[in-house]
Amino acid sequence: MKRLLSFCLCLLLISCFEDKDDNLDLSNLATPTFRFTQNWDGTDVSIDDLITTQFTNAHGETLNISNLKYLISKIVFENADGDIFILNGYQLVDLSDPSTSLFSPEGSLPEGLYTLKFVYGFNEMDNIDGAYPELNSASWNWPQMLGGGYHFLQMDGMFNVDTTIATPYNYHHGTAKLSDTEFEQNFVNFEFTNSIFISHNTEIEIQFNLAELFKNPNLWDLNQYSSSLMPNYDAQKMMQQNAATAFSIGQVTN
Amino acid sequence: MKTFYKLLLLGFIILGCSNDSSEEYVDIPAGPTPSTLNIPQIFENQLIDPIIPADNPQTEEGIALGKKLFFDPILSLDFSQACASCHMPQNSFTDINTFSTGVNGDLGIRNSMPLFNLAWNFDEHFFWDGRSFGLEHQASLPVEDPTEMANTWETVVDRLNNHPEYPELFQAAFGNAPISRDLATKALGQFERTLISANSKFDNYFLGTASLTPQEQNGLAVFMDEDRGDCFHCHGNPNNPLWTDNAFHNNALDSTFSDNGLGDITGDPADNGKFKTPSLRNLAYTAPYMHDGRFATLDEVINHYSEGLQNSPTVDPLMKTVNQGGVQLTEQDKADLKAFLLSLSDPSFLNNPDFIP
Ligand code: HEC
Ligand code: HEC
Repeated sequence: MKRLLSFCLCLLLISCFEDKDDNLDLSNLATPTFRFTQNWDGTDVSIDDLITTQFTNAHGETLNISNLKYLISKIVFENADGDIFILNGYQLVDLSDPSTSLFSPEGSLPEGLYTLKFVYGFNEMDNIDGAYPELNSASWNWPQMLGGGYHFLQMDGMFNVDTTIATPYNYHHGTAKLSDTEFEQNFVNFEFTNSIFISHNTEIEIQFNLAELFKNPNLWDLNQYSSSLMPNYDAQKMMQQNAATAFSIGQVTN
Repeated sequence: MKTFYKLLLLGFIILGCSNDSSEEYVDIPAGPTPSTLNIPQIFENQLIDPIIPADNPQTEEGIALGKKLFFDPILSLDFSQACASCHMPQNSFTDINTFSTGVNGDLGIRNSMPLFNLAWNFDEHFFWDGRSFGLEHQASLPVEDPTEMANTWETVVDRLNNHPEYPELFQAAFGNAPISRDLATKALGQFERTLISANSKFDNYFLGTASLTPQEQNGLAVFMDEDRGDCFHCHGNPNNPLWTDNAFHNNALDSTFSDNGLGDITGDPADNGKFKTPSLRNLAYTAPYMHDGRFATLDEVINHYSEGLQNSPTVDPLMKTVNQGGVQLTEQDKADLKAFLLSLSDPSFLNNPDFIP
């Protein structure tokens, strides 16, 4: 096993050398770590807030969160010369399991200045039904009759918790079903313009502002869109639009 | 420069290889025969690896010993009850009672649980309320549970030591270490991990060697449809052939709780009324249903989800129609859902000679 691993590693490195021009300093490879954090318009949201904390969305409903999971994949770094480094792997972040907030993708890149891209969810190349045992084991699948693949986000809880008829909501985001045979990709490609210096111990915080899911550009009315949203094309497209402003780069530490 | 690195790396490879191969000459003392878990193709394809503790590898001798212990009433106070008394092979290793009766005639407070695919319970929380971590730990509890075998491990170890066969069997499985609770539960754990069920009609349909009836197919659609059954968020899906998430939920059985389930274990009132999601495999053999065996038939279970939901502060938001009492399935959808659920049952699991004494 060890033997196989070091062999693969060598192949990997050799192939890197082949692809890149000789000017890159490959003696100084780094693998950045990501720290995923959540907030509600700037107020931290952590495991301790599950169920107990109430949030008010832009439309005015008071809600709690009992389950929050989301998928980030295809992390790409680009330097000023246009060299592209794709770090493979994906991360299913689960608010109830703090260990999932830290992620070291596979692969490495030379120290230097980069801009960052990632995919929220899976892009169409990666969103292959049943292809990831780890995600299958976590029951993260998206029904085949809705286009298959995987969930991108699950956010569940109760809304109108300040009234006598608290009602469940299931804000689940994945592939959008247009008709029984037509499905639309629904992921979001994030491309940040900030330059980040990547060195050996770089940790990049990715912030997820949950409040954005309910306000921008679509003001979300939970009384209208609370559950059975997975087969609802309009709801799925609004989720995609609202997610597009929900992620940002936070602290970068070296 | 390129060549330099390549040579360097090549050197590493060769070094790595020669280093490793030297291990092949190390003599391993004769001992129990390693036994690899027979992972079904569908699990191999779809799921991550099963959990086998590093300190309890599967061995042929360990499994055989565990099987003998599982079926042996020697574990119970009055020699009247084995694990298999409440976990019977013909019922997918559960029993047909609402609550099981222990050796003292006491009724437990929970429905016995079927035993299969236990190595794929990745979080390793066992029992309806998850109070036991790890299969070996779980196996140590029934012996001393006053509502079950009502014995002590001291007595059991004594009996095993004075038995005509066990000392030899323990030695074959674990060498010269003295017979102990630790070794007995390790053997039980090894046997339990071999109880694998993955040969239902639906498994074979998924693998392309069987077909579903239109009714079963519609039942699957009901199961997967957020507008109808929406069962898959907790009970697995074709890509997760465990048919459970092995997590804890309040599926709206009660508005107040006589049994707090997970809440009594974590001490967090937000967990009251939560129980481990059971697998939907082998339902044909595991009635009655739920942690307290309240439903005698699958029709009752389906009616519960369709129109019997009870609200409570900890109800799972996935019970999204709790304010309306349920998802209100049509009679046709109910019948189809049931047909689909039954396609998850695996008759070959009941009479597998490896699992029967
Ligand atoms: C008197 C009946 C009875 C006997 C005897 C008994 N069990 Fe059980 N078993 C139960 C009941 C009831 C539960 C569920 C209890 C609970 O959740 O509180 C259970 C649960 C389990 C579980 C948990 C399964 C899961 O998926 O979480 C395992 C494993 C198990 N038993 C193994 C054994 C073994 C091994 C023995 C013998 C050492 C044994 N049982 C003896 C009744 C019994
Ligand atoms: C929120 C998660 C959740 C959803 C959604 C859900 N279940 Fe369950 N299911 C559970 C839990 C938890 C239990 C055990 C509850 C208990 O005993 O207290 C259970 C028990 C069952 C059982 C009893 C199994 C046994 O061995 O006792 C059946 C059958 C079942 N569910 C079928 C379904 C069907 C069919 C659907 C869809 C209509 C469904 N479930 C939806 C969580 C869920």
